[in-house]
Amino acid sequence: MTTLPVVQKILSANDAIAAENRAALDAAGALGVNVMASPGAGKTSLILATTQRLPAGLRLAVIEGDVAGSIDADTMAAAGIPVVQINTGGGCHLDAPMVRSALPHLLPAGVDLLLIENVGNLICTAEFALGAHVNLVVGSTPEGHDKPYKYPGMFAAADVVVLNKADVAAVFDFDLDAFQRGVRMVNPQAPIFVLSCRTGEGLEAWVDWLVAACHAEGRRSIPV
Amino acid sequence: MHRRCMGRCCLVEPRNDFMHELPVTQAILDTALSAAQQAGAARIVAIDLVIGELSGLVDDSVQFYFDILSQGTLAQGAALRFQRQPARARCLTCGHSYDAAPPLAPFCPACGSVHLQVTGGRQFQLESIEIDDHPTGSAEDSER
Ligand SMILES: Nc1nc2c(ncn2[C@@H]2O[C@H](COP(=O)(O)OP(=O)(O)OP(=O)(O)O)[C@@H](O)[C@H]2O)c(=O)[nH]1
Ligand SMILES: [Mg+2]
Ligand SMILES: [Zn+2]
Repeated sequence: MTTLPVVQKILSANDAIAAENRAALDAAGALGVNVMASPGAGKTSLILATTQRLPAGLRLAVIEGDVAGSIDADTMAAAGIPVVQINTGGGCHLDAPMVRSALPHLLPAGVDLLLIENVGNLICTAEFALGAHVNLVVGSTPEGHDKPYKYPGMFAAADVVVLNKADVAAVFDFDLDAFQRGVRMVNPQAPIFVLSCRTGEGLEAWVDWLVAACHAEGRRSIPV
Repeated sequence: MHRRCMGRCCLVEPRNDFMHELPVTQAILDTALSAAQQAGAARIVAIDLVIGELSGLVDDSVQFYFDILSQGTLAQGAALRFQRQPARARCLTCGHSYDAAPPLAPFCPACGSVHLQVTGGRQFQLESIEIDDHPTGSAEDSER
Protein backbone atom coordinates (compact mmCIF):
# COMPACT_ATOMS: atom_id res chain seq x y z
CA MET A 1 0.00 0.00 0.00
CA THR A 2 1.42 3.36 -1.05
CA THR A 3 0.21 6.88 -0.47
CA LEU A 4 0.55 8.90 -3.63
CA PRO A 5 0.40 12.68 -3.29
CA VAL A 6 -1.81 14.27 -5.95
CA VAL A 7 -2.62 17.76 -4.65
CA GLN A 8 -4.92 19.09 -7.32
CA LYS A 9 -7.97 21.30 -7.18
CA ILE A 10 -10.97 19.06 -7.68
CA LEU A 11 -12.50 21.21 -10.38
CA SER A 12 -9.27 21.93 -12.22
CA ALA A 13 -10.67 20.55 -15.50
CA ASN A 14 -13.49 23.09 -15.32
CA ASP A 15 -11.05 25.82 -14.29
CA ALA A 16 -8.93 25.16 -17.39
CA ILE A 17 -11.92 25.73 -19.68
CA ALA A 18 -12.91 28.78 -17.64
CA ALA A 19 -9.46 30.19 -18.41
CA GLU A 20 -10.12 29.61 -22.14
CA ASN A 21 -13.42 31.44 -21.83
CA ARG A 22 -11.69 34.32 -20.10
CA ALA A 23 -9.16 34.53 -22.91
CA ALA A 24 -11.98 34.56 -25.50
CA LEU A 25 -13.72 37.37 -23.62
CA ASP A 26 -10.49 39.31 -23.34
CA ALA A 27 -9.78 38.88 -27.04
CA ALA A 28 -13.25 40.23 -27.79
CA GLY A 29 -12.83 43.11 -25.32
CA ALA A 30 -15.90 41.98 -23.41
CA LEU A 31 -16.44 42.12 -19.67
CA GLY A 32 -18.02 38.89 -18.43
CA VAL A 33 -20.27 39.00 -15.38
CA ASN A 34 -21.48 35.82 -13.65
CA VAL A 35 -24.83 36.72 -12.08
CA MET A 36 -25.57 34.41 -9.14
CA ALA A 37 -28.52 34.43 -6.74
CA SER A 38 -31.29 32.33 -5.23
CA PRO A 39 -34.27 31.54 -7.44
CA GLY A 40 -36.41 34.65 -7.75
CA ALA A 41 -33.97 37.13 -6.20
CA GLY A 42 -34.26 39.23 -9.33
CA LYS A 43 -31.41 38.24 -11.66
CA THR A 44 -33.53 38.65 -14.80
CA SER A 45 -35.12 41.83 -13.47
CA LEU A 46 -31.69 43.28 -12.69
CA ILE A 47 -30.35 42.45 -16.15
CA LEU A 48 -33.38 44.11 -17.78
CA ALA A 49 -33.27 47.17 -15.50
CA THR A 50 -29.53 47.47 -16.13
CA THR A 51 -29.83 47.32 -19.94
CA GLN A 52 -32.36 50.12 -19.90
CA ARG A 53 -29.76 52.34 -18.24
CA LEU A 54 -26.62 51.41 -20.14
CA PRO A 55 -25.01 54.19 -22.20
CA ALA A 56 -25.83 54.12 -25.91
CA GLY A 57 -23.26 52.22 -27.92
CA LEU A 58 -22.33 49.76 -25.18
CA ARG A 59 -23.04 46.38 -26.73
CA LEU A 60 -24.68 43.94 -24.35
CA ALA A 61 -25.27 40.21 -24.72
CA VAL A 62 -26.81 37.75 -22.29
CA ILE A 63 -26.44 34.06 -21.54
CA GLU A 64 -29.44 32.64 -19.70
CA GLY A 65 -28.78 29.56 -17.61
CA ASP A 66 -31.85 27.68 -16.47
CA VAL A 67 -32.77 24.19 -15.42
CA ALA A 68 -35.32 24.02 -18.21
CA GLY A 69 -37.40 26.24 -20.46
CA SER A 70 -36.63 29.60 -21.99
CA ILE A 71 -38.88 32.05 -20.13
CA ASP A 72 -36.02 34.37 -19.16
CA ALA A 73 -34.36 34.18 -22.59
CA ASP A 74 -37.68 34.98 -24.28
CA THR A 75 -37.93 38.05 -22.05
CA MET A 76 -34.44 39.14 -23.11
CA ALA A 77 -35.09 38.47 -26.80
CA ALA A 78 -38.33 40.45 -26.59
CA ALA A 79 -36.29 43.36 -25.24
CA GLY A 80 -34.04 43.08 -28.31
CA ILE A 81 -31.05 41.71 -26.42
CA PRO A 82 -28.85 39.07 -28.10
CA VAL A 83 -29.29 36.03 -25.92
CA VAL A 84 -28.32 32.39 -25.76
CA GLN A 85 -30.32 30.08 -23.54
CA ILE A 86 -28.50 27.21 -21.88
CA ASN A 87 -30.65 24.50 -20.34
CA THR A 88 -28.77 22.47 -17.80
CA GLY A 89 -31.35 19.67 -17.95
CA GLY A 90 -31.72 19.62 -14.18
CA GLY A 91 -28.18 20.65 -13.27
CA CYS A 92 -27.98 23.18 -10.46
CA HIS A 93 -25.28 25.40 -11.96
CA LEU A 94 -23.67 26.53 -15.20
CA ASP A 95 -20.15 25.32 -15.83
CA ALA A 96 -17.31 26.47 -18.05
CA PRO A 97 -17.97 24.03 -20.95
CA MET A 98 -21.58 25.24 -21.20
CA VAL A 99 -20.46 28.86 -21.42
CA ARG A 100 -17.78 27.92 -23.93
CA SER A 101 -20.43 26.47 -26.24
CA ALA A 102 -22.44 29.70 -26.05
CA LEU A 103 -19.63 32.21 -26.70
CA PRO A 104 -19.31 31.64 -30.50
CA HIS A 105 -22.98 32.56 -30.87
CA LEU A 106 -22.46 35.96 -29.28
CA LEU A 107 -18.91 37.30 -29.36
CA PRO A 108 -18.34 37.48 -33.16
CA ALA A 109 -21.00 40.19 -33.57
CA GLY A 110 -19.24 42.43 -31.04
CA VAL A 111 -19.93 42.46 -27.33
CA ASP A 112 -18.71 44.88 -24.64
CA LEU A 113 -20.63 43.41 -21.74
CA LEU A 114 -21.72 39.79 -21.33
CA LEU A 115 -24.12 39.13 -18.48
CA ILE A 116 -24.42 35.45 -17.61
CA GLU A 117 -27.51 34.60 -15.58
CA ASN A 118 -26.57 31.49 -13.64
CA VAL A 119 -29.09 28.94 -12.38
CA GLY A 120 -30.89 30.16 -9.25
CA ASN A 121 -28.84 28.59 -6.45
CA LEU A 122 -26.76 30.00 -3.61
CA ILE A 123 -24.92 26.81 -2.76
CA CYS A 124 -22.55 25.73 -5.47
CA THR A 125 -22.65 28.13 -8.42
CA ALA A 126 -19.51 29.93 -7.25
CA GLU A 127 -17.51 26.68 -7.15
CA PHE A 128 -17.81 26.31 -10.93
CA ALA A 129 -15.77 29.10 -12.52
CA LEU A 130 -17.15 30.24 -15.88
CA GLY A 131 -14.33 32.55 -16.92
CA ALA A 132 -16.25 35.73 -16.12
CA HIS A 133 -14.26 38.72 -14.84
CA VAL A 134 -16.82 39.64 -12.21
CA ASN A 135 -18.78 37.46 -9.80
CA LEU A 136 -22.01 39.25 -8.95
CA VAL A 137 -24.11 37.89 -6.10
CA VAL A 138 -27.65 39.25 -5.90
CA GLY A 139 -29.50 39.07 -2.61
CA SER A 140 -33.05 40.31 -2.09
CA THR A 141 -34.89 41.52 0.97
CA PRO A 142 -37.61 38.80 1.03
CA GLU A 143 -34.88 36.17 1.48
CA GLY A 144 -33.92 37.72 4.81
CA HIS A 145 -30.74 39.36 6.04
CA ASP A 146 -29.23 36.09 7.28
CA LYS A 147 -28.24 34.78 3.83
CA PRO A 148 -24.55 35.83 4.06
CA TYR A 149 -24.33 33.90 7.35
CA LYS A 150 -25.94 30.79 5.90
CA TYR A 151 -24.22 30.83 2.50
CA PRO A 152 -20.88 32.47 3.35
CA GLY A 153 -19.09 30.66 0.51
CA MET A 154 -21.16 32.47 -2.10
CA PHE A 155 -20.70 35.88 -0.57
CA ALA A 156 -16.98 35.26 -0.09
CA ALA A 157 -16.70 34.55 -3.82
CA ALA A 158 -18.44 37.81 -4.83
CA ASP A 159 -16.60 40.71 -6.45
CA VAL A 160 -19.72 42.81 -6.09
CA VAL A 161 -22.99 42.34 -4.19
CA VAL A 162 -26.40 43.72 -5.11
CA LEU A 163 -29.25 43.74 -2.62
CA ASN A 164 -32.46 43.90 -4.63
CA LYS A 165 -36.09 44.61 -3.67
CA ALA A 166 -35.16 47.46 -1.33
CA ASP A 167 -38.72 48.73 -1.91
CA VAL A 168 -40.17 45.94 0.22
CA ALA A 169 -37.45 45.80 2.93
CA ALA A 170 -39.83 46.90 5.68
CA VAL A 171 -42.42 44.24 4.83
CA PHE A 172 -39.81 41.55 5.41
CA ASP A 173 -38.24 43.07 8.56
CA PHE A 174 -35.03 43.23 6.62
CA ASP A 175 -32.09 44.45 8.72
CA LEU A 176 -29.70 46.05 6.23
CA ASP A 177 -26.92 46.51 8.80
CA ALA A 178 -26.97 42.82 9.66
CA PHE A 179 -26.88 41.90 5.96
CA GLN A 180 -23.95 44.20 5.27
CA ARG A 181 -22.03 42.98 8.32
CA GLY A 182 -22.60 39.40 7.17
CA VAL A 183 -21.16 40.20 3.75
CA ARG A 184 -18.25 42.09 5.31
CA MET A 185 -17.48 39.17 7.62
CA VAL A 186 -16.46 37.01 4.67
CA ASN A 187 -15.77 39.71 2.10
CA PRO A 188 -14.19 42.95 3.30
CA GLN A 189 -13.95 44.57 -0.14
CA ALA A 190 -16.85 43.84 -2.50
CA PRO A 191 -18.99 46.93 -3.07
CA ILE A 192 -22.60 46.47 -1.95
CA PHE A 193 -25.35 48.18 -3.97
CA VAL A 194 -28.78 48.42 -2.37
CA LEU A 195 -31.43 48.92 -5.03
CA SER A 196 -34.87 48.14 -6.36
CA CYS A 197 -35.51 46.94 -9.87
CA ARG A 198 -39.15 47.80 -9.32
CA THR A 199 -38.72 51.50 -8.41
CA GLY A 200 -35.32 52.12 -9.98
CA GLU A 201 -33.96 53.37 -6.66
CA GLY A 202 -30.20 52.79 -6.39
CA LEU A 203 -29.82 51.48 -9.94
CA GLU A 204 -27.80 54.43 -11.18
CA ALA A 205 -24.89 53.83 -8.79
CA TRP A 206 -24.82 50.14 -9.73
CA VAL A 207 -24.87 50.84 -13.48
CA ASP A 208 -22.12 53.48 -13.08
CA TRP A 209 -19.96 50.89 -11.32
CA LEU A 210 -20.64 48.30 -14.02
CA VAL A 211 -19.89 50.68 -16.90
CA ALA A 212 -16.64 51.73 -15.21
CA ALA A 213 -15.70 48.06 -14.85
CA CYS A 214 -16.48 47.57 -18.56
CA HIS A 215 -14.23 50.41 -19.59
CA ALA A 216 -11.42 49.25 -17.36
CA GLU A 217 -11.70 45.79 -18.92
CA GLY A 218 -11.93 47.08 -22.50
CA ARG A 219 -8.75 49.06 -21.99
CA ARG A 220 -6.98 46.09 -20.55
CA SER A 221 -7.74 43.98 -23.64
CA ILE A 222 -6.48 46.57 -26.14
CA PRO A 223 -2.97 45.50 -27.13
CA VAL A 224 -0.38 48.03 -25.99
CA MET B 1 -24.88 24.40 -34.11
CA HIS B 2 -22.30 27.11 -34.39
CA ARG B 3 -24.25 29.24 -36.76
CA ARG B 4 -23.90 32.89 -35.99
CA CYS B 5 -26.94 34.25 -34.30
CA MET B 6 -27.38 37.57 -32.63
CA GLY B 7 -31.08 37.18 -32.14
CA ARG B 8 -31.84 34.29 -29.94
CA CYS B 9 -30.77 30.73 -29.73
CA CYS B 10 -31.01 27.83 -27.38
CA LEU B 11 -28.37 25.35 -26.38
CA VAL B 12 -29.50 22.29 -24.55
CA GLU B 13 -26.86 20.55 -22.52
CA PRO B 14 -28.76 17.62 -21.11
CA ARG B 15 -26.65 16.21 -18.35
CA ASN B 16 -27.70 14.30 -15.36
CA ASP B 17 -25.92 16.38 -12.76
CA PHE B 18 -28.99 17.13 -10.73
CA MET B 19 -26.86 17.98 -7.76
CA HIS B 20 -23.46 19.55 -7.91
CA GLU B 21 -22.05 16.62 -5.94
CA LEU B 22 -22.31 14.48 -9.08
CA PRO B 23 -19.97 16.47 -11.36
CA VAL B 24 -17.71 17.10 -8.38
CA THR B 25 -17.55 13.36 -7.71
CA GLN B 26 -16.83 12.64 -11.36
CA ALA B 27 -13.94 15.13 -11.22
CA ILE B 28 -12.57 13.46 -8.07
CA LEU B 29 -12.78 10.04 -9.72
CA ASP B 30 -11.15 11.19 -12.99
CA THR B 31 -8.26 12.86 -11.16
CA ALA B 32 -7.68 9.86 -8.90
CA LEU B 33 -7.85 7.38 -11.79
CA SER B 34 -5.35 9.24 -13.93
CA ALA B 35 -2.92 9.54 -11.00
CA ALA B 36 -3.32 5.82 -10.24
CA GLN B 37 -2.83 4.80 -13.87
CA GLN B 38 0.34 6.89 -14.13
CA ALA B 39 1.66 5.15 -11.04
CA GLY B 40 0.72 1.74 -12.43
CA ALA B 41 -1.50 0.99 -9.47
CA ALA B 42 -3.62 -2.16 -9.31
CA ARG B 43 -6.36 -0.42 -7.40
CA ILE B 44 -7.22 2.66 -5.39
CA VAL B 45 -7.90 1.93 -1.75
CA ALA B 46 -8.66 5.41 -0.49
CA ILE B 47 -8.85 9.01 -1.63
CA ASP B 48 -8.00 11.91 0.67
CA LEU B 49 -9.85 15.15 0.12
CA VAL B 50 -9.50 18.52 1.79
CA ILE B 51 -12.79 20.38 1.74
CA GLY B 52 -13.37 23.79 3.30
CA GLU B 53 -16.36 24.23 5.58
CA LEU B 54 -17.65 27.08 3.41
CA SER B 55 -17.78 24.95 0.26
CA GLY B 56 -21.30 23.53 0.47
CA LEU B 57 -20.38 19.94 -0.33
CA VAL B 58 -22.25 17.08 1.34
CA ASP B 59 -19.88 14.20 2.20
CA ASP B 60 -22.47 11.43 2.19
CA SER B 61 -23.80 12.50 -1.14
CA VAL B 62 -20.32 12.45 -2.70
CA GLN B 63 -19.66 8.94 -1.33
CA PHE B 64 -23.05 7.82 -2.66
CA TYR B 65 -22.28 9.01 -6.19
CA PHE B 66 -18.74 7.74 -5.92
CA ASP B 67 -19.85 4.19 -5.20
CA ILE B 68 -21.94 4.25 -8.38
CA LEU B 69 -19.48 6.03 -10.67
CA SER B 70 -16.45 4.01 -9.60
CA GLN B 71 -17.99 0.62 -10.40
CA GLY B 72 -15.77 -1.35 -12.72
CA THR B 73 -12.84 1.05 -12.29
CA LEU B 74 -9.61 0.84 -10.30
CA ALA B 75 -11.34 2.91 -7.66
CA GLN B 76 -14.25 0.56 -7.04
CA GLY B 77 -14.68 0.14 -3.31
CA ALA B 78 -12.32 2.99 -2.44
CA ALA B 79 -13.05 5.01 0.67
CA LEU B 80 -13.35 8.76 0.41
CA ARG B 81 -11.73 10.40 3.40
CA PHE B 82 -12.86 13.96 3.93
CA GLN B 83 -10.67 16.28 5.86
CA ARG B 84 -12.91 19.24 6.65
CA GLN B 85 -11.02 22.53 6.90
CA PRO B 86 -12.78 24.99 9.16
CA ALA B 87 -12.93 28.64 8.30
CA ARG B 88 -11.16 30.88 10.83
CA ALA B 89 -13.00 33.78 12.37
CA ARG B 90 -11.32 36.71 14.06
CA CYS B 91 -13.01 39.39 16.13
CA LEU B 92 -11.98 42.84 14.97
CA THR B 93 -12.90 44.27 18.39
CA CYS B 94 -11.15 41.96 20.88
CA GLY B 95 -8.88 39.92 18.61
CA HIS B 96 -10.37 36.57 19.66
CA SER B 97 -9.81 33.93 17.00
CA TYR B 98 -11.89 30.75 16.51
CA ASP B 99 -13.10 28.12 14.03
CA ALA B 100 -16.27 28.93 12.15
CA ALA B 101 -18.77 26.97 10.04
CA PRO B 102 -22.10 27.94 8.48
CA PRO B 103 -24.42 29.26 9.64
CA LEU B 104 -21.90 31.81 10.90
CA ALA B 105 -22.76 33.28 14.27
CA PRO B 106 -23.19 37.04 13.98
CA PHE B 107 -21.50 37.74 17.34
CA CYS B 108 -18.02 37.17 18.74
CA PRO B 109 -18.27 34.34 21.32
CA ALA B 110 -15.79 36.19 23.57
CA CYS B 111 -16.99 39.79 23.60
CA GLY B 112 -20.25 39.88 21.61
CA SER B 113 -18.90 42.25 18.97
CA VAL B 114 -20.50 42.09 15.53
CA HIS B 115 -17.31 43.11 13.74
CA LEU B 116 -15.85 39.84 12.57
CA GLN B 117 -13.59 38.64 9.83
CA VAL B 118 -13.80 35.13 8.43
CA THR B 119 -10.98 33.73 6.31
CA GLY B 120 -10.30 30.39 4.64
CA GLY B 121 -12.71 27.47 4.51
CA ARG B 122 -12.95 27.40 0.72
CA GLN B 123 -10.48 24.61 -0.05
CA PHE B 124 -11.64 22.08 -2.63
CA GLN B 125 -8.73 19.80 -3.19
CA LEU B 126 -7.68 16.22 -3.77
CA GLU B 127 -4.66 15.65 -1.53
CA SER B 128 -3.52 12.10 -2.13
CA ILE B 129 -4.62 8.60 -3.03
CA GLU B 130 -3.74 5.37 -1.32
CA ILE B 131 -2.99 2.68 -3.88
CA ASP B 132 -2.39 -1.03 -3.92
CA ASP B 133 0.52 -1.94 -6.17
CA HIS B 134 -0.09 -5.70 -6.14
CA PRO B 135 -2.36 -6.79 -9.02
CA THR B 136 -4.05 -9.52 -6.98
CA GLY B 137 -4.82 -7.16 -4.12
CA SER B 138 -3.29 -9.82 -1.86
CA ALA B 139 -2.05 -7.38 0.76
CA GLU B 140 -4.13 -5.48 3.25
CA ASP B 141 -7.76 -4.98 2.43
CA SER B 142 -8.20 -1.96 4.59
CA GLU B 143 -11.02 0.56 4.91
CA ARG B 144 -14.50 -0.32 3.78
N1 LIG C 1 -40.99 44.26 -5.10
C1 LIG C 1 -40.01 43.94 -5.95
N2 LIG C 1 -40.14 42.83 -6.72
C2 LIG C 1 -39.13 42.55 -7.57
C3 LIG C 1 -37.97 43.37 -7.69
N3 LIG C 1 -37.14 42.81 -8.60
C4 LIG C 1 -37.76 41.69 -9.04
N4 LIG C 1 -38.96 41.53 -8.43
C5 LIG C 1 -39.92 40.43 -8.65
O1 LIG C 1 -39.34 39.21 -8.18
C6 LIG C 1 -39.79 38.11 -8.98
C7 LIG C 1 -38.60 37.32 -9.49
O2 LIG C 1 -37.80 38.15 -10.33
P1 LIG C 1 -36.83 37.54 -11.44
O3 LIG C 1 -36.10 38.69 -12.03
O4 LIG C 1 -37.58 36.66 -12.36
O5 LIG C 1 -35.87 36.66 -10.54
P2 LIG C 1 -34.73 35.64 -11.01
O6 LIG C 1 -33.67 35.71 -9.98
O7 LIG C 1 -34.34 35.92 -12.40
O8 LIG C 1 -35.51 34.26 -10.92
P3 LIG C 1 -35.07 32.83 -11.52
O9 LIG C 1 -34.39 33.08 -12.83
O10 LIG C 1 -36.34 32.10 -11.66
O11 LIG C 1 -34.16 32.24 -10.50
C8 LIG C 1 -40.62 38.74 -10.11
O12 LIG C 1 -41.98 38.61 -9.78
C9 LIG C 1 -40.20 40.18 -10.10
O13 LIG C 1 -41.20 41.05 -10.57
C10 LIG C 1 -37.90 44.54 -6.86
O14 LIG C 1 -36.93 45.32 -6.88
N5 LIG C 1 -38.94 44.76 -6.01
MG1 LIG D 1 -34.26 34.63 -14.06
ZN1 LIG E 1 -14.56 39.77 20.38
